Amino acid sequence: MMGIVKWLGSPEDFEFLRQNIEFLRDPNKPTISVCVSTGCVALGALGVMEAFKAELEKQDLNAAVNVMDTGCVGFCEQGPRVTIYPEEICYFKVKPEDVPEIISKTIREKKIVERLLYKDPATGIGIRKLEDIPFYRHQLRLLLENNAKTDPKSIENYIALGGYSSLIKALFKMTPEEVLEEIKKSNLRGRGGGGFHAGTKWENTRDSPGEPKYVIANCDEGDPGAFMDRTLVESNPHIVIEGLTIGAYAIGANQGFVYVRDEYPIAVKNICTAIQQAEEYGLLGENIMSSGFSFSVKVHKGAGAFVSGESSALMAAIEGKVGAPRPKYVHTSTKGLWDKPSCLNNVKTWANVPLIICKGADWFTSIGTEGSSGTKIFSLVGKVNNTGLVEVPMGITLRDLIFKIGGGIRGGKKFKAVQTGGPSGGFISEEWLDLPVDFDELSKVGSMMGSGGMVVMDEETCMVDAARYFVDFLLEESCGKCTPCREGLRVLSKILNDICEGKGKSKDIQTIKEIAETMKYASLCALGKTAANPVLTSLKYFRDEWVQHIRKKCCPAKACKDLITYYIATEKCEACLICFKECPVGAVEGDKGQAQRINQEKCVKCGTCYEICNLDAVKKLSGEPIPSVIPKPMKPIRKGGN
Amino acid sequence: MRQTITLTIDEKEVKAKEGMTILEAAKVLGVEIPTLCYHEGLELYGACRICSVEIEKRGRSRIVASCCYPVEEGVKVTTRSPKIDKLRKTIIELAAVAAGEDAGKLRELADEYNADLSRFNSRVQIEPTKCILCGLCVRRCVEANWDSAIGFIGRGTSRRVAIFPEKKGICANCNYCYVVCPTGRITSTGIDPPFPYVDDVLAGRK
Repeated sequence: MMGIVKWLGSPEDFEFLRQNIEFLRDPNKPTISVCVSTGCVALGALGVMEAFKAELEKQDLNAAVNVMDTGCVGFCEQGPRVTIYPEEICYFKVKPEDVPEIISKTIREKKIVERLLYKDPATGIGIRKLEDIPFYRHQLRLLLENNAKTDPKSIENYIALGGYSSLIKALFKMTPEEVLEEIKKSNLRGRGGGGFHAGTKWENTRDSPGEPKYVIANCDEGDPGAFMDRTLVESNPHIVIEGLTIGAYAIGANQGFVYVRDEYPIAVKNICTAIQQAEEYGLLGENIMSSGFSFSVKVHKGAGAFVSGESSALMAAIEGKVGAPRPKYVHTSTKGLWDKPSCLNNVKTWANVPLIICKGADWFTSIGTEGSSGTKIFSLVGKVNNTGLVEVPMGITLRDLIFKIGGGIRGGKKFKAVQTGGPSGGFISEEWLDLPVDFDELSKVGSMMGSGGMVVMDEETCMVDAARYFVDFLLEESCGKCTPCREGLRVLSKILNDICEGKGKSKDIQTIKEIAETMKYASLCALGKTAANPVLTSLKYFRDEWVQHIRKKCCPAKACKDLITYYIATEKCEACLICFKECPVGAVEGDKGQAQRINQEKCVKCGTCYEICNLDAVKKLSGEPIPSVIPKPMKPIRKGGN
Repeated sequence: MRQTITLTIDEKEVKAKEGMTILEAAKVLGVEIPTLCYHEGLELYGACRICSVEIEKRGRSRIVASCCYPVEEGVKVTTRSPKIDKLRKTIIELAAVAAGEDAGKLRELADEYNADLSRFNSRVQIEPTKCILCGLCVRRCVEANWDSAIGFIGRGTSRRVAIFPEKKGICANCNYCYVVCPTGRITSTGIDPPFPYVDDVLAGRK
């Protein structure tokens, strides 16, 4: 680019390049940044992008305005997101037809298109800047901060924001031992869920006999409703590469792998582009910037098995074998990939490394709690008002996360439980809402930090059904190698489905506990060892619901299809016949002008009538008999008076 | 030179060579630990979990699979206790979910640990396969032929042993898979029907 020799031969070359990029950048030039991450693309961001390009062409503003692809800011439900720089005006839910107005008003006249701003739910006033939106106000965004400012496909963009300067600092001002010490001092813990101290793992790998050594970044994310790793790799792939390179330098590895699941096409594309760009500049490859240190990275595309996120299974998959775990009594840091010392960390762990090297371990430990420093990215989903990706300091309470950032429970309903840590995390009940979120506190109440999934449930969620859902997910995803996990999940699933169908037996709870215990102690890998967590915590905090399901065949949350019946309250029905027309199986019966009733024989419990009735006449019952219905004649509603 | 490591198994001290597993060290002492997927000379697998034992290290105890866990200095191993017996009992009962009640060695172990082989099977009700997925046949085949005519396919509960059609030619009718099978699933591999039909037999679907 720009006639500069690309390969950087020294830190001075890098500094020259950085200054050049800075010199050529005009901070006051209007820039339109459009999020092109998975969430926004699914909502039509590519169409918006095209519309901007076409409109700028039409208005002959091509040269005066930049249009930039950028990464995700996390508020995916409000997408597509467009930010206008230098004013930093954020527009949400932008459609291609809004584009001419944005250009004529915001770009030409510097005015704001009010209707595209995010409206504060409390006051209804539009908010211009991202930081002022309640969803962002309580976050601390260290890793996600630059997502809206950089084009993930541009290494120059990353360098302009200070990227790769930590690598230079590590390579030229620090010895590998000093880098290792800094990471150990920072108390950085594995962000993939285990919470193992990264520095210790690095040291083990470094000190284990055997050459070559490998470093691996794990982006095999598969939890339902979680997309932290995907977003990070899609939006800022260079930070992962930089972290991985610094780690390799400290550990003494010359080969790295990034394991990305193939279902993340944008992530795969962006990390591959990033590696290629870093190689072109000589930031990866032989003799990086003449430092004498060589390091290259390969991308391995995973075939989408949840269990492949487990370290030994992941390494087997890279070796070309079936992604099944092996006994890990000898750690992978001693004998990992091809039986060589291998350091596997989650992509989020690696991404923290450049920050620690740049700002120091003391800065990092000043954030978060004593045992868990730094920030943590969560994917906040479920029955909260604001769903999306959030980054918060460790130690924030669950209450702040759910009510301040998440904006409380959708539809004004009551909070019931939150599941942290993905499908094998536990359910946490209301009494623990003030619990600080860190690695140690969450395990004390039977859950775990996990990779960062956070599913919020409201009063309409049945906790038996929720446990059943996650057991069924894990049953699908178990590799089937060891008996406790494979057969334990099969039996648990059967028992839980029975309970949800009203076929539970009095001894079931005891049996569940026995199987759960066997799985916890005897399973081969962490998937099986933790698989029973949702069931056990559900039993611990919501036992009454289980008892009601088994003894009274009643689902208090009225969610289990087989335990509920719909009926129409005669006194409320005004015979508008909407339910009659909409019922897909013709189960609503009754004559014109008469209160309708539901034929229980025909009803498939789809809930359509319940959803559409404007008069609240359709009721859900569980564990109680249907009141006897005496059809009474009534005056039909007449339209247009008389 | 491999170091000598001293550990305690069932309160008896034993000296073992570095790199040995707890199971091997127990054998030296004459302490019997039940196994299903372990076979001397074959690659370690650690899948049946029946050999689980309790170890105590630096005051903390945990359950490990003795067939894979390497001996460590000063470790205290308990191979039988009410807790271990209960775990083994449940594991046997779980293994019988798919294998059924008539599954060779599983039957013998069930008697020893008072396991009710029909306990979970009566609830889940799937057709017995007689196969416990211990993988001995697969590993034995690799050992005999440097490659395997058979292997695992499927994930989770659909996991089963099958013959790879493109590798049928590897089968040398050596019958080793028949010999190592602990449950009697592989009844005969003879010449007629030839070994390649083991797929249907192993899968228990025919």
